[in-house]
Amino acid sequence: MRRFLQRHVSQVALSPSLALIAIFLYGFIAYTAAVSTTNSKAFPRFDTFVGLEQYWRLFHTPRWHVAFTNMFLFGGLFLLVTISLGLLIAILIDQRIRAESFFRSIVMYPMAMSFVVTGIIWQWLLNPTLGIEVMMHQLGFESFRLDWLTNPDTVIWALVVAAFWQGCGLVMALFLAGLRGIDEDIWKAAAVDGIPAWRVYVFIVIPMLAPVFLTVVVLLSLSIVRAFDLVVALTNGGPGVSSDLPSVFMFDMAFRRTNLGLSAASAVVMLGTVLAILIPYLYIETRERA
Amino acid sequence: MSAPTDAMPRPTRSGWLTPRRTKAILKRVVLYLLLAIVAFFFAGPLYILLSTSFKTMPEIQAGGLMSLPHEPTAQAWVTAWGEACIGITCGGLKGYFGNSMVMAVPAVLISVMIGAINGYALAKWPFPGARFVFAALVAGNFVPFQVVLAPVSVTLRTLGLFGSVEGLILIHVIYGIPITTMLFRNFFLSVPNDLIKAARIDGAGFFWIFFRIVLPLSPSVIVVALILQFTGIWNDFLFAVSFSNPSSAPMTVALNNLVNSNFGVKEYNVHMAATVIAAAPTLILYILLGRYFLRGMTAGAVKG
Repeated sequence: MRRFLQRHVSQVALSPSLALIAIFLYGFIAYTAAVSTTNSKAFPRFDTFVGLEQYWRLFHTPRWHVAFTNMFLFGGLFLLVTISLGLLIAILIDQRIRAESFFRSIVMYPMAMSFVVTGIIWQWLLNPTLGIEVMMHQLGFESFRLDWLTNPDTVIWALVVAAFWQGCGLVMALFLAGLRGIDEDIWKAAAVDGIPAWRVYVFIVIPMLAPVFLTVVVLLSLSIVRAFDLVVALTNGGPGVSSDLPSVFMFDMAFRRTNLGLSAASAVVMLGTVLAILIPYLYIETRERA
Repeated sequence: MSAPTDAMPRPTRSGWLTPRRTKAILKRVVLYLLLAIVAFFFAGPLYILLSTSFKTMPEIQAGGLMSLPHEPTAQAWVTAWGEACIGITCGGLKGYFGNSMVMAVPAVLISVMIGAINGYALAKWPFPGARFVFAALVAGNFVPFQVVLAPVSVTLRTLGLFGSVEGLILIHVIYGIPITTMLFRNFFLSVPNDLIKAARIDGAGFFWIFFRIVLPLSPSVIVVALILQFTGIWNDFLFAVSFSNPSSAPMTVALNNLVNSNFGVKEYNVHMAATVIAAAPTLILYILLGRYFLRGMTAGAVKG
């Protein structure tokens, strides 16, 4: 026994973790997948097998439609805004500026804030009777309107701006690291040829940052699928259900509406969305290494 | 490498403001103007948060979002910390701050310890199938935790830990395994194998090498892991709101309940003070250990 332990000490040390992950991750995913094929309400009940009916029901629930569409709408806008502005800010900071670490720290400190804190801050700033709107009125811009939080058509922008404020620092830092990794000779050669800086960026530097773009897109996409706290703290899904996301729908069905079967189906769809992002990414990554 | 644009041309004999020099100065002005706008966008909210927390309610209602408080008062802070009503109890945030600390500190220490041992075993004591074990553990980083919420809830109830701080510690430790294991394994790969081999020839065992050789070589990754886990656990809302009850709720849940409750008059100055209190621990970590913080965030960005 002692000799076995000594010979396999590495496996023995890993086995508690492996057992926990096998149960709490893979086992529980299987459990949720199983619940999604039942008509469970407040408690999981496996004697109420209904096959794939919950998935059919899910995609015929108007609220899920809003939530699922919002994920792509919010996701698309968030990716667009955060990647373009994150890259732009990285480029600005990369111009041999004074007080570089000061500017970097200011862009990055919101990373330390939770999404609940972020949501509350932006709820305050976007409050139409006390926030930015009033400030603009007092500055003389009487017709200024900023009704994102109360307008179902534009509420998604409230989520985008808050998520951008919190997440831009990480994206900027990744792009800045990428820019710093580019060979200085490229800039020298371009300067000798008299090529303007913006053309060097557009045609040479940005294409060279392709791997960083891929990383950023995947990281942000994973965070989009999981986005939950921000919506709860900023809009609570409102007005109505106009800013609902799949994670909020899932939580509501599981803990408030006691519809575990439907909630499990929505969770499985979320996992499927993550896999749809991840599998092509891992495919590209492993193919490039080979 | 930085873009070496706009190196200031030296003044020539023909005078200071040659067209070339004027253009370079103009470019610099535009650059710093843009940077000022960026800085304002990111720093403004924190300034507003702080200044509002020192204002009185009448002053807040009079507008002046960007103004400094006329008569600064810490009353909102006192209320937020010790008197504000959250749910049906009116004891402020202090109890919830305690809950978060009592939850986060052990959960962080245990999960970092487990991750370090796992990473060490995978990187330095490989065995057939080690790569598969690593992949199986690390895949957990990508899973949206919504997919395990219901079974975790059932399990915690069965164990009698639902609604307790201990239950939250357990859950944070378990779901912290993938990220801490990944972080340590990737770092330990860079520790020279010769060191381990030499020690093994001298008869040193698994844990002796771990505590005497490997850990002393890795203070930076330990700091990164501690920051990453503390930030993640302190800021967590999903597990907190799913598995806590009013007496064990961490800060994130209490803050959300305080600010987004529909009862009573909204005391915005108290809300702002409460928000600063909730953000303070991770913000202080960032200010003190920014460099490690970024490394942790980059590693942790994949996490569920």
